[in-house]
Amino acid sequence: MRSSLRLRAGLLSLAIFAAFLLLWQVAVGGIAKTEAMDPEYAALMGQSATTGKSAMPGPLDVGATIWKHLKDPFYDRGPNDKGIGIQLGYSIGRVALGYLLAVAVAIPIGFMIGMSPLMSQALDPYIQILKPVSPLAWMPLALYTIKDSSLSAIFVIFICSIWPMLINTVFGVASTRREWLNVARTLEVGPVRRAFTVILPAAAPTILTGMRISIGIAWLVIVAAEMLVGGTGIGYFVWNEWNNLSITNVITSILVIGLVGMVLDQMLARAQRLVTFPE
Amino acid sequence: MSKLLPFVRRSGSTAPDQNAGTKRMSSSEKFISIEGIARRYPAPGGKQTTIFENLWLPMRRGEFVCMIGHSGCGKTTVLNILAGLEAPSEGVVIVDGKAIEGTSLDRAVIFQGHALLPWRTVLGNVAYAVSSRWRKAPKAEVEERAKKAIATVGLAGSEHKRPSELSGGMKQRVGIARALSIDPKILLMDEPFSALDALTRGTLQDEVRRICVETGQTVFMITHDVDEAIYLADRIVLMTNGPEAKVAEIVENPLPKDRDRTQLHHAPGYYAIRNHLIDFLVTRSKTMRDAMPASYDPRHPSVVRPSLSEADAAAIGSEPPAKRA
Repeated sequence: MRSSLRLRAGLLSLAIFAAFLLLWQVAVGGIAKTEAMDPEYAALMGQSATTGKSAMPGPLDVGATIWKHLKDPFYDRGPNDKGIGIQLGYSIGRVALGYLLAVAVAIPIGFMIGMSPLMSQALDPYIQILKPVSPLAWMPLALYTIKDSSLSAIFVIFICSIWPMLINTVFGVASTRREWLNVARTLEVGPVRRAFTVILPAAAPTILTGMRISIGIAWLVIVAAEMLVGGTGIGYFVWNEWNNLSITNVITSILVIGLVGMVLDQMLARAQRLVTFPE
Repeated sequence: MSKLLPFVRRSGSTAPDQNAGTKRMSSSEKFISIEGIARRYPAPGGKQTTIFENLWLPMRRGEFVCMIGHSGCGKTTVLNILAGLEAPSEGVVIVDGKAIEGTSLDRAVIFQGHALLPWRTVLGNVAYAVSSRWRKAPKAEVEERAKKAIATVGLAGSEHKRPSELSGGMKQRVGIARALSIDPKILLMDEPFSALDALTRGTLQDEVRRICVETGQTVFMITHDVDEAIYLADRIVLMTNGPEAKVAEIVENPLPKDRDRTQLHHAPGYYAIRNHLIDFLVTRSKTMRDAMPASYDPRHPSVVRPSLSEADAAAIGSEPPAKRA
């Protein structure tokens, strides 16, 4: 029964995809010759004027563009013409750097706050105020102080990734079961060993949930940040192709951004499964 | 009938004899001495709620003591203070000549809800305790000790299972193995079997009794199961209802050290002690809190040794059904 459900779901998925492509093709395809005009003028105006074809590319055009990018993802022909692989590489690099920095800061600090009710209450207002700030609002401040657009993007990733991880670490650490802590106490386990052998494993699933939320937010924010700072990256690529009026490239980027985001999320989901313990 | 005679001779009445067996424990006998401890919590309105106060209790080495009382009388608090998990508001606990300060590996706790670390295997859980006791021991020695403790509770072969794969009884066995693995001077048990079904509880009681008799372990156990207390304990401490609970009396178990759980209810003296305990829980735990007898001395609560009751005589008079068959 289980495999048949998966099979049917897969078939349905494919059917939806096919229907979508068909609709898309029909919607953007030409209807008929619209009006008679001078052939030279018609050539100048393009298909949208002569056959009523939409300026929106069809699935076949996008398919061709994807194929082109797949064939040569890493070319570099100057600052405004780089392969999509290179642009993605820049974005992933920035996200990785900002995110890992955030991990390195949020988890130890979260541990400290979670273990101390005093710190928890003292720092709570700051966290509550800073958490809802859109990460892009930090950008001018980052550009002014860091004076480097690429580093500013990394800082923005850092600042947006830190909050979910911090809050989840605090929560996970603070809600370590009393009985497990009592086991450590009756065994005279020292504070450092207790942190690594009891609190960390107990809080790990919650911490990983925070890390998973963070990577999702970081990948959302990098596109916007790169649109602002420009130069390189998939966000810059999207904006550049919009300026080039290359809708096929924009659609391709949307697909690629979605795929990479999914992979990042799945990686964290797998890590989460590794540290989750059944009770 | 001859083996009944000591009980018959002590007292003919069904009422507990206040003078029977009241000899005080000499100070050299005291292995553990709870001396005047109290536990108070701040209550709304700047007042204080006293859970219990002026609680005195000595224990001998190798003795099995059960504490019985209704919920809210502070049984668990007494155990937590003995374990060092809580500090008393007043008074001290002296173990082996030293006042206790905080927790110690000499006092192992078996928790009510097993408290196993779910991310560790059975072996991992026990080895965690062993490596805490012997910090510098090589891994092989730690595992060997852990495996020995696991075998003692009859779980050999399940070393690599996780707690989630075990039944409730098996989990509590691991909890017992973890406590035993560190060779504690005292075993503290907080209603260890209350979450288990009757059959599993019975077998685990047998195991605990066997292990404690074999190793001469000193045990302090909290329970609200009268039969469990009668089967396991040498002495049973009765607490009045809380708040402001007191040790009402200490009941000495008249049953012989060599007990068989299945034949327990045929043992002479069984009904006397059982009726005495149940009477206490039903009525006297409340009446004694409200009005303590004038002669009550919190440092030396009366020691009671229930003597043979009519019910016992009746039970023995007609041969036990098992023997008749």
